[in-house]
Amino acid sequence: MDKPRTQLMLCGGTGCHSTGMSAFKETLQQALEKENLSREIRIVETGCNGFCAVGPVMLVQPEGIFYQKLRPEDVPELIREHFLKGRPVKRLFYTEPASKESIPDMNSIPFFAHQQFRVMRNKGLIDPEVIDEYIARDGYFGLAKALQDMTPQQIIEEVKVSGLRGRGGAGFPTGLKWDFAHKSPGDVKYVLCNADEGDPGAFMDRSVLEADPHAVLEGMIIAAKAINSHQGYIYCRSEYPLAIKRLEIAIRQAREYGLLGMNILDTGFDFEIDIYQGAGAFVCGEETALMRSIEGRRGMPRPRPPFPARKGLWDKPTILNNVETLANIPQIMLNGGKWYAGVGTETSKGTKVFALSGNVNNIGLVEVPMGTPLRTIIYDIGGGIPERKKFKAVQLGGPSGGCIPESLLDTPVDYEAIAKVGAIMGSGGVIVMNENTCMVDMARFFMDFIQDESCGKCTPCREGTRRLLQILEKICNGNGEPKDLEDLVELSDVIKNSALCGLGQTAPNPVLSTLRYFRDEYVAHIVEKRCPAKRCVSLLRFEVDPDLCKKCGLCFQVCPAHAISWEKKQIAVIDKEKCIQCLSCYAGCRFDAIL
Amino acid sequence: MMNHSSCCQHPDITHGMWLDIDAVIAENRNTPGALITVMRKCQNIVGYLPAALLDYIARGLNIPGSKVFGVATFYSYFSLTPKGRNTIKVCMGTACYVKGIKESIDRISAKYSVKEGKTSEDKRFSLEAVRCLGACGLAPVMVVNADIHGSISADKVIDILDKYS
Ligand SMILES: Cc1cc2nc3c(=O)[nH]c(=O)nc-3n(C[C@H](O)[C@H](O)[C@H](O)COP(=O)(O)O)c2cc1C
Ligand code: FES
Repeated sequence: MDKPRTQLMLCGGTGCHSTGMSAFKETLQQALEKENLSREIRIVETGCNGFCAVGPVMLVQPEGIFYQKLRPEDVPELIREHFLKGRPVKRLFYTEPASKESIPDMNSIPFFAHQQFRVMRNKGLIDPEVIDEYIARDGYFGLAKALQDMTPQQIIEEVKVSGLRGRGGAGFPTGLKWDFAHKSPGDVKYVLCNADEGDPGAFMDRSVLEADPHAVLEGMIIAAKAINSHQGYIYCRSEYPLAIKRLEIAIRQAREYGLLGMNILDTGFDFEIDIYQGAGAFVCGEETALMRSIEGRRGMPRPRPPFPARKGLWDKPTILNNVETLANIPQIMLNGGKWYAGVGTETSKGTKVFALSGNVNNIGLVEVPMGTPLRTIIYDIGGGIPERKKFKAVQLGGPSGGCIPESLLDTPVDYEAIAKVGAIMGSGGVIVMNENTCMVDMARFFMDFIQDESCGKCTPCREGTRRLLQILEKICNGNGEPKDLEDLVELSDVIKNSALCGLGQTAPNPVLSTLRYFRDEYVAHIVEKRCPAKRCVSLLRFEVDPDLCKKCGLCFQVCPAHAISWEKKQIAVIDKEKCIQCLSCYAGCRFDAIL
Repeated sequence: MMNHSSCCQHPDITHGMWLDIDAVIAENRNTPGALITVMRKCQNIVGYLPAALLDYIARGLNIPGSKVFGVATFYSYFSLTPKGRNTIKVCMGTACYVKGIKESIDRISAKYSVKEGKTSEDKRFSLEAVRCLGACGLAPVMVVNADIHGSISADKVIDILDKYS
């Protein structure tokens, strides 16, 4: 085949898929064939580009022109103007909302301009199902260096120098973890990759696996060399079928190229990787539970010590690392630990990928140097809050994390700084909440999640989280009493100090952090019997405020139960008999007129 | 090989399914830790895991029935009851919750008389609240069978579901 003059890097991530990327691709492919261009111009379906907010997106290489919100109808113009006449179609560029300026070059778009790509350096640039494209971007060079020129001690030393800490949640220094496993006696050792991605609101591991699966494999093989392991497993959640498929392809290709299997790169080193699918249990992201699950048992955590570095999978020395942690390793080998530690803060080095979602304009994946303030992520990259609503809180760290208020948005992303304000770095889910979010209801939401996912082995977590949930439900239902707040704090302290695993130990965090920053909302629920965000149904009156009503009839239109009567220039009235309390009118009203 | 025609009969498991199940068990019999994999594959064949099938797997893999049952009830992936013709998975992750998926769920429950975790009487829909689907960019997200529907809302959701009979 001729070498194509142009490559169309079309994003094949989940976001772009659901916004109609396949229909666009099909039309484009047919048009290219019809115009006899399919030899010169090749479509490459890449992993998630990150900018899901404006999907489907496509990057034209080598020019670097970035098209967004593509529809099948745009194909004729693209072909005629850009691919035949060389005049890029301005209409399909990204437009900066403030200045209305069209930006053709991807890296000049503010969403990308503040980012620094290390883990995601290949995203959207290579075909994740073709190993040669990964190799062409220095893929497996780090492995070659580690296997051919370095001893296990040197590999571990380099990782230690890099300052890399686990990206799965706890932030444990990776080099140290490897060192323990390296020193553990035993002929059989395991390297595991945690691709369970259980935190709701986190989707970066999925994107790394879908966009650049070889980076994770390369990281695992290097880890295996460091601790002298010959068998690895990737524990991937079954909700990620595309990630699993891409991993399977990547493993097969790596084997064919002699990068996996026996005698890797002729160095006499053997290593195999198998994929293990999870079966839907959040607690299986915890390391000891994950190992039990691979053994085919109920995924229940066990007390540590002994730590997995001594006794892990099948009681053999084992290391477990997160997807993103492992994807950093190849570049640390290639460029050195010092290079890696060149960005970041005193205690948190390198970059971190965040999954930005919720009430924010630019939803997507964001990779920034450690130390970047939350405000930069939410406003400069994320483009702020849609529909002119007010910011209320940002949730970090999932069910183990906390909600951070406006006043602390200048907190840098750094393991210690985030912990100080009552959240955790966690796996990197960043969920922005606007003024319509009820913080008591959010605490209830997380506790509901936790008590459902608690494995039931230890009493503080099994019973304690259920009791916390009951208190929070009571408050949301309008039956709260002042003493409940003390009970919440006391119970939280007990659970934190006595639960068996990380699930229980961190479970009270969402309650404690909302109590710390949004105590007034709790008080409003308990004392005034009022939900300021108008989310808790039991505390709402389902009445129209005649003073605020602008007689526009929007509520009338959205009510599915036909419970609202309204006529032009008349105030709307809600019939409580017919009302099904679905909150549609609250969402529909622009004037906050429903009480 | 076990003779299933005499020991296990089940209205929801056809002869062809039994043969597939036997193949799965035979393939994994000697792999330590294969129980979850075997159960996943069997569930994919039958659609759910009836008690008789759990017993059959236990005997096939030579594992106590109590252990198989314990694993089946621990993981939310496994269902011990039959599903409807269409399965609706609504995401109960944080991003979807913040963006108001609850209203959509209420609407679905009311319209099709199906409770969360249950199947409607006419077997048309099963409704499951699932953990974050990793598609938070599209929140709120619903998956019907294998189709992802993003940015759903209470008033759009019925139009979407009416197409599934
Ligand atoms: C309840 C619970 C759930 C967890 N879920 C995940 C997960 O989904 N993905 C992950 O990488 N780590 C998760 N972890 C953290 C792991 O236990 C472990 O610390 C991590 O995978 C180690 O890798 P790292 O050092 O590279 O971060 C979870 C921990 C707990 C306590
Ligand atoms: S929270 Fe629903 S997909 Fe992530």
